[in-house]
Amino acid sequence: MKVAIIDYGMGNLGSVRRAIAEIGGSPILVEKPKQLASAERMILPGVGSFGDGISDLRRLGWADEIHRQVNELGKPLLGICLGMQLLADRGLEGGEFQGLSLIPGEVVRLDTAGCGLRIPHVGWNSITLTGSPSRLFDGIPDDTDFYFVHSYAFRAVNQADILAYTEYGIPLAAAISHRHVFGTQFHPEKSSRAGLRLLQNFIEYKAC
Amino acid sequence: MLKVRVIPTLLWKNFGLVKGVRFDSWRRVGPVLPAIKVYNTRDVDELVLVDIIANLEGQEIDYESVQDFADECFVPFTIGGGITRLEHVQRLLHAGADKVSVNTAAYADPHLVEAIAHRFGAQCLVASIDARLMEDGDYLCFSHSGTVATGRLVEDWAKELENRGAGEILITSIDRDGTMQGYDLRLVEQVVRAVNLPVIASGGAGCYEHMREAVQEAGASAVAAASLFHFTESTPAEAKKALAAAGIPVRNNFRSPRP
Repeated sequence: MKVAIIDYGMGNLGSVRRAIAEIGGSPILVEKPKQLASAERMILPGVGSFGDGISDLRRLGWADEIHRQVNELGKPLLGICLGMQLLADRGLEGGEFQGLSLIPGEVVRLDTAGCGLRIPHVGWNSITLTGSPSRLFDGIPDDTDFYFVHSYAFRAVNQADILAYTEYGIPLAAAISHRHVFGTQFHPEKSSRAGLRLLQNFIEYKAC
Repeated sequence: MLKVRVIPTLLWKNFGLVKGVRFDSWRRVGPVLPAIKVYNTRDVDELVLVDIIANLEGQEIDYESVQDFADECFVPFTIGGGITRLEHVQRLLHAGADKVSVNTAAYADPHLVEAIAHRFGAQCLVASIDARLMEDGDYLCFSHSGTVATGRLVEDWAKELENRGAGEILITSIDRDGTMQGYDLRLVEQVVRAVNLPVIASGGAGCYEHMREAVQEAGASAVAAASLFHFTESTPAEAKKALAAAGIPVRNNFRSPRP
């Protein structure tokens, strides 16, 4: 299974590549949008800020090609951390930016969302599955810990798009999906065995 | 619920791991790669690896080795040592680091902290402070592996690092380092109060009780230890059991078989 890891200059790409290889996938770091055509799955990683991320995605032609792959070809996409946040309609990090609009919602700072704890939210936190049907958490029980590190949170418009919550002062969307587009606020590539299982579920996912 | 992390710290010098006492009298611990493999197999919460001579000798870290280490690590991996430019961070992230730790370079060029946070995000920047207790009762920051006094007060510097965009603070007591006499709780608490960032306590852990104190009495979000894990039978898993028994939330390892 060829898995394209989108290299737009942001993120811990080495870790993502290594995790995909570990579960038997064939990771390809893609540096040009047209390379996405050769892959069966796409991963949008990312650390950094929303504004920089989205402007790089647009400037380098990724945004259009990702839309084409997702909407016209039905190719599954997984956004990780900032990569998940970029799936939203808009982000409010250092201004207001239009996102990829692949999952309805907006991205706000944790304290704006009502969290009164230390920011960033860093470390292992347990998830609560919402029961929204998804294969992404096959074999992963409620209350499993995943590794989070973020200062902003995804507020989804449709509750049904939220697959799992985590609690950090307030409930936060830990994983979301809309059709064959997925996002995890946590880092599956750094969440040890539970994370590898989730990535395995993603590459084995088949659209119905 | 967010868990308290137990983090083994690995100090890397030339070809192997070392551990000293008060940043001196280095003892060889063993090769790096097997240690990382063991910690990964044991599913530790996180690993920190610092090249302790990169800064002293003005070298860059050995990226190829970093990639070999990162290839064996499926938990968060923070790497530090000799980072003075944005390009170093980019190369480390490409090699498989998840976070970078900056210490010495930040004093000479505080803008580096902002630049890293802006480019790669606060979440990938662990600001590391090495501190000594002075005779007048103040804690002062030291750079270059504890060899150079910066004249900065720990509290002020921690706040500045937060304002400039650091994502976490790793606070190490040089006085307690390697002594296994316990963390300097007053120092840790000072930093915890000064910033609204997660604070990792480091320097002095000699038993699990010390870790409990750092969390429950000083407010640390995570505890780091080196000698305790290198030179005794203690393990991160046992440490977490002891913390859990004291009512501290710790991460339970994922039990399902590996896919």
